[in-house]
Amino acid sequence: MADSDATQPTRRDFLFVATAAVGAVGLAATAWPFIDQLNPDAAALALATVDVDLSDMEPGQSITVPWRGKPVSIRRRTPEEMERAAAVDVASLIDPIARNENLDANAPATAENRTLAGHEEWLVTVNICTHLGCVPVVVQTEEGGWHCPCHGSDYDSIGRVTHGPAPQNLAIPQYAFLSDTSIRIG
Amino acid sequence: MSEHSTFQPKSRFGRWFESRLPVGGLIYGSFVVYPTPRNLNYLWTFGAILLIMLGLQIATGVVLAMQYTPHADLAFGSVERIMRDVNYGWLIRYLHANGASMFFLAVYIHIFRGIYYGSYKAPREILWILGVLLFLLMIAAAFMGYVLPWGQMSFWAATVITNLFSAIPLIGDDIQALLWGGFSVDNPTLNRLFSLHYLLPFMILGVSVLHVWALHVVGQNNPAGIEVKSTRDVVAFTPYATLKDLFAASVFLIVLCWFVFYVPNYLGHSDNYIPANPLVTPAHIVPEWYFLPFYAILRAIPSKLFGVIAFFAAIAILFFVPWLDRSRVRSTTFRPVFKIFFWLWVIDCIGLGYLGSQPPEGAAIVFARVFTVYYFAFFLLVMPIVGIFERPRPLPASIAESVLTRRGSRSIGPIGESPEPGEPAARPAG
Repeated sequence: MADSDATQPTRRDFLFVATAAVGAVGLAATAWPFIDQLNPDAAALALATVDVDLSDMEPGQSITVPWRGKPVSIRRRTPEEMERAAAVDVASLIDPIARNENLDANAPATAENRTLAGHEEWLVTVNICTHLGCVPVVVQTEEGGWHCPCHGSDYDSIGRVTHGPAPQNLAIPQYAFLSDTSIRIG
Repeated sequence: MSEHSTFQPKSRFGRWFESRLPVGGLIYGSFVVYPTPRNLNYLWTFGAILLIMLGLQIATGVVLAMQYTPHADLAFGSVERIMRDVNYGWLIRYLHANGASMFFLAVYIHIFRGIYYGSYKAPREILWILGVLLFLLMIAAAFMGYVLPWGQMSFWAATVITNLFSAIPLIGDDIQALLWGGFSVDNPTLNRLFSLHYLLPFMILGVSVLHVWALHVVGQNNPAGIEVKSTRDVVAFTPYATLKDLFAASVFLIVLCWFVFYVPNYLGHSDNYIPANPLVTPAHIVPEWYFLPFYAILRAIPSKLFGVIAFFAAIAILFFVPWLDRSRVRSTTFRPVFKIFFWLWVIDCIGLGYLGSQPPEGAAIVFARVFTVYYFAFFLLVMPIVGIFERPRPLPASIAESVLTRRGSRSIGPIGESPEPGEPAARPAG
C-alpha cells in the first residue's frame, strides 16, 4: 500500500488537482463580471451624435458644444490663420501625427490633415488637453491657439501641441458635413 | 510581551468570560502593563493621535453619508443642504474636511519621526511597510472624498488623477474607461468613488490593527534608537503612555477645532463652491495641500509618462527605505552627517509643497526640478552612502542611562514606581 501511495496518483491527488483547477477557472469566471460592470454601460455606448448648425458663425469665431460629456471646439478659421498654420514644418512638431479620426492613423500633422478636405475653413477638435485632461483656454493673441492652465501646455491655432508636457495634438473626432453650414459629430 | 497570562479578572463573571474569550487579557497585556521605553518623547504620541483621527473621520463620515446624495445632478446640492439645513451639518462636514487635513499633518509628522529615529530598521521592516500601505490607502481615501462634493475642484481633480492612468502605454485608455464607466468623468465615476470612499476607511482600520500588532511583536523604537535591555528601561503603558497620548491628542484636537470654528475654509479652495462644469477648467487648479509635494514632482518632469512614473515612485520609494539605509545606528541623534541631509530633505519636502502651489512657469519649474532631484537623491544616494563612511557618536549603554545623563544623577526606580519617567505628561498633577 505504502509503495503505491508514493508512485502513482491516488484518489486524493486527483481530487486535489480537479478541485484546484475548477476553483481557479471558477474564480476567474466570477471575477470578470465584477470587473466588467465598471466599463461603460449600454446607455453610454449608444453613441449619441450631435448636429451643429454653423450658419451664424463668422470667420475667427469659436463655439464649444458638449459631446459624450466632453467639450468639442468648432472654429471658423481666418485666412491669416490658415496661412500661418500651413507654413509650419511638420518635422518640427512635438507630435507629427494628425490625430484625425477621419483619416489614416499615421497621417502627418499637416494643416490640411487637421481638417476635412473641401472644408479647410472649419477646425473641429475635442478640447481636452492630451496631458491630463483639462480644458485649454483660447489664447487672445494674433497667433491664436490654446493654453492649458493646469500644467502649461500650448497648442497652435490648429490644435497642434507646441509646448509640453502634453504628448499629442488635440484629438479630432469623427464628423461629417450634412450641408455647407451644418455638421454631425460622432 | 505575553503579560496577559498574568491577568486575573476579579469577578466570577469575568473569570467565566475570560476562560471562553480572553479579550480582557489581550487588552490588559497590550494597553495596560505593556512596557514602553521610558525615554519616548512627544513625537511618539502621533500613533495614538492617528487612531483617534481615523475614528473621528469614520464617525463624521458615516453621518455625512446619511445626508449625502451620490449623483452628479444632486451631489453639490446635497452638500449645500448639509451646510445650511441639516442640524449641525456644517459642524460635521467641517470636522470631516478639516479632519482629513489634520490626519495628513499627523501622518507626515509620524513619517518624519520614523525616518529621523530609524524606526524602519530591523526588526521593524514589516511594521514600516504596513505603515506605508496605510499612507497609500489614506491618499486614495482622501482623493475620493474630495471628489464627492462635485464642485469644480472635485471634478477637475478627478479628471487629472484618472488621466494619470492614460499615460500607461497600450492599455492606458482602456483602464481609463474602466475607471470612468464612460467617456469622461461623470455620474458612474462619482458613484463608484463614493462606494470606495466608504470602503477604504475600514480597510485602513484593518491594516492599522496589523500595524499595531506588528508594533507589539517587535516593541517600540525610541529616541536613543537602542533596544530595551532591562525593566529599568521601560514604564507601563498605563498610566504613562495612555495619559501622555491622550494629553497630546487633546492639544492636537484643539488645533483641529481652531480650524473648524475660525478658518474652516482656509485649507480648501473657493472654486469648489462652484458646481462641477465639464466644459470649463478653473484657471488655477491645485490639489489639497497634503498632495502638493507630489504634484510638484509630477509637473517638474517635462514628459507625461515619466512625470506620472516619478509621481508614483515618490511614494513607492518609502517601501524600500529599510534596505536603502545602510547605517547600523538607528537614531539620527547620533548621526552627525545624516542629520544635515535629513533636515535638508525636510526643507526639500516643504519647498516642493510650496512649488506645487505655484503656477508652472519660469523659476518655479527650475526649482521644482532641483528639489525633485534632491528628493530622490536623499533615498537613492544619501541613505546608502552616508551610512558607510559616517562615524556615529557613541551610543548610550542603555535607555535608562540616556535618561539619567539627560536628567542629572536622579536615581531610577523599577517599573511602575518611577514618579517621573522622563516626560512632563506623566508627572502627577499638583
